[in-house]
Amino acid sequence: MDKLSIITSFIHSIIVMNIPLLYGTVGEILVEKSGSLNLGVEGTMAVGAVIGYICGCWANSLGVGILTAFVMGALCGLIFAVLTVSLQANQNITGLTLTTFGLGVYFFVGNALRSAKAFPTMNDYDSIRAGFEDIPIPLLSKIPVIGPGLFSHNILVYLGIAIAVLVWWYLKHTSPGLRLRSIGENPAAADSVGISVNRNKYLHICLGCGIMGIGGYYMSLYMSGSFNSNCWINGYGWIAVALVIFANWNPALAIVGTFVFGFFNTLRVSGPSLAVAFPGALGWLAGIPTQLYQALPFIITAIVLVVTSLRGNKFSSGLPAALGLNYFREER
Amino acid sequence: MAQYAIETRGLTKTFGSVVANSGIDLNVKEGEILALLGENGSGKTTLMNMLSGIYKPDSGSILVNGEEVSINSPEDAKKLGIGMVHQHFKLVDTFSAADNIWMGKEKAGLTLKKKRYGEIAEIAEKFGFELDPKKKVCHMAVSEKQTLEIVKVLYYGAKIIILDEPTAVLTVQEIRRLFNVLRRMKEEGHAIIIITHKLNEVMEISDRVTILRKGEYITTVDTAGTSEKELTEWMVGRKIDLNIRRPLVEKTRPLLEVRDLVIENDEGSVAVDGVSFYIRGGEILGVAGIAGCGQKELCEAIAGLRPLKSGQMVHKGDNIAGLPPKAILEKGIAMSFIPEDRLGIGLAPSMSITDNMLLKKYRDARGPFVDRKEGRRDAQSVIADLSVVTPSTETPVRRLSGGNVQKVLVGREIKAGPNVIVTAYPVRGLDINSSYAIYDILNVQKEKGVGILFVGEDLDVMMALCDKILVLCHGRVMGVVHAHKTTKEELGLMMTGSLDLTEKYEGKPAGIAKDSLIDEQEGKEA
Repeated sequence: MDKLSIITSFIHSIIVMNIPLLYGTVGEILVEKSGSLNLGVEGTMAVGAVIGYICGCWANSLGVGILTAFVMGALCGLIFAVLTVSLQANQNITGLTLTTFGLGVYFFVGNALRSAKAFPTMNDYDSIRAGFEDIPIPLLSKIPVIGPGLFSHNILVYLGIAIAVLVWWYLKHTSPGLRLRSIGENPAAADSVGISVNRNKYLHICLGCGIMGIGGYYMSLYMSGSFNSNCWINGYGWIAVALVIFANWNPALAIVGTFVFGFFNTLRVSGPSLAVAFPGALGWLAGIPTQLYQALPFIITAIVLVVTSLRGNKFSSGLPAALGLNYFREER
Repeated sequence: MAQYAIETRGLTKTFGSVVANSGIDLNVKEGEILALLGENGSGKTTLMNMLSGIYKPDSGSILVNGEEVSINSPEDAKKLGIGMVHQHFKLVDTFSAADNIWMGKEKAGLTLKKKRYGEIAEIAEKFGFELDPKKKVCHMAVSEKQTLEIVKVLYYGAKIIILDEPTAVLTVQEIRRLFNVLRRMKEEGHAIIIITHKLNEVMEISDRVTILRKGEYITTVDTAGTSEKELTEWMVGRKIDLNIRRPLVEKTRPLLEVRDLVIENDEGSVAVDGVSFYIRGGEILGVAGIAGCGQKELCEAIAGLRPLKSGQMVHKGDNIAGLPPKAILEKGIAMSFIPEDRLGIGLAPSMSITDNMLLKKYRDARGPFVDRKEGRRDAQSVIADLSVVTPSTETPVRRLSGGNVQKVLVGREIKAGPNVIVTAYPVRGLDINSSYAIYDILNVQKEKGVGILFVGEDLDVMMALCDKILVLCHGRVMGVVHAHKTTKEELGLMMTGSLDLTEKYEGKPAGIAKDSLIDEQEGKEA
């Protein structure tokens, strides 16, 4: 490989490897804007991943996979909503439980199929494989070096970016978005002007969790459906929760956040090859122990949280004021 | 029979075993202002919350324009033309004024358009209000927020308007403006229900008064045919003396002096700007000001909970600036601050009265164990001295009613035998009975030679209780006046910053004692 193509593939990897974070982050932003803190992103993505993958393969259709993953994610959201909105359970604990539950479902279903030798292999399903192929954007993808890196991706990358932009527009420029934000800020105020708090919470929790489910499905395809003892999601759900704060609850900033974070995350994988290609400038990358690379995403997450906490100023922050608090109208 | 805009018949609501409302009959005609009067816990807010759809009644019926209706949610109330301005405003702080109204608009369309600002401004103007539609609620003063709330309910087409203690947070001038608005709304045919504790306001604004006591309907009277005295008797259920005592006590040299105090708030901006005052033993110094003008920061700084940016704080000639809270406590300076939510500072809500007593005494115990016996004894004596109503000394403070919580807090502070008491809003939200109990407690302490700093809200009370009143406006002193020589109008003007009396007496700047214990020379060096 020539040196420039290594840079191209590095750029390509930043996007391809980290787009599930965008799904997770945007989904969680939608959920949190309704005032619900759902720590079950990891579990929701895992359920969407395994069920979406299996159903997609059985139907040999990418569309069915995406839809199933969305529905499974939304179902996880429904569990969360029933517990926290209708039954007023503590959101933190419910979210953590949802993660445990989701990972349980993931391994239960996956291991059962694997031991029955029925776990589908992606290679057997040509339609799925073809659907996950890169689709270059005409002209833009012809730009040397960065073109193929930035503008030639699979359909789910484009879908993820489109969802992020759409959610950004929804929150900022539409009346339902305004009502949703009012619930996250002050549910009593929203209720007093006749906005249905519970209906909106249910709707947006399910919608947001559905988006997370698609992110999980992406991971399964990216891993080519190779099921082993490691979960496909591999902590991405947790990083998404942190990225929400980094993005200041703004889906447009979430795109930036995903790729800034993705840059370091990808260095872990591409670092050695970059070091070989550019021994002079980047040779030092090879000297970094792999353990540090593995810890890098989490170290960066920690740094991101510290930096965003230092940002201060209560009113310019996108943090919904009623985040994590259940709303009960007759509370005295 | 005349038709009423809204009427309730036998409305009843219980919370668990507590009967908040039982069999309430109330009615208002179009173009009428009804005042709803009652002590704390008499169920006024509960009743209004049933009308606005927050609570569902257990039994009884509500009639709007003569027809029986069922109100299951605020949405239903809105559709029936019932609008409520809550005591704690229901506004989204981070939204603009326009968006706070827009979010409840039906058929608002999918996208948010810029022209909504113009539409809201137009509506506000039509109703005769000044409102900047783009201003965010978090940057608004209390009176602006209230205006926004009123515009909001009018915009939604409310014909029946309920106001829950709308005057509690306003200055005299703002109250006058609000009343003009209410009178105009009345002329336009709105039915208005107003809740207030202040009898003079009831007399001024209402046509009829409905009185509740302990959740029960007592009576409805025409305002023109009644008096403050009679209303109080209905409300309390017995005769009560409405005069506040102001005993004259021989004053000592200044106990606590502060000079040129500058304190920052949590956001790092100056909250208290160059404030000087002194308190002598045997006097009550009132601090008046619109909410959020530095009162909280001032109290916290005196108690040592907040660092000083600059300035001096001297207690009996000793410098106490920069001392930790414990050292200040040991000098005999006690603070009781009653925040808006009443439980915030000072008491641990889920702990018992005994445990809350111990919070201030645990250090006295020898060895690692707390002396619960002594704590219980203290609790018992506070309960007896201040007639706190509680099942036992071990009841969590949270379960007591507001007045009793406040008595426990004030009682504990007095128990420690302080020589200076800093008390902020000690009667906040209390009814007449409990308020007078607290005033008596403070007067007894004053007679013992204690110096008291009384941060208050109700100017009538402060003018009757305090010896002198210091007026703050945006953290600056506007002057110190003798309570028996000033007027409400003068105080109101000072609170809004339109009148500055700091230079009233030549050669004697406000807030600096003639016989100050602060050495001028030393002061300059510091």
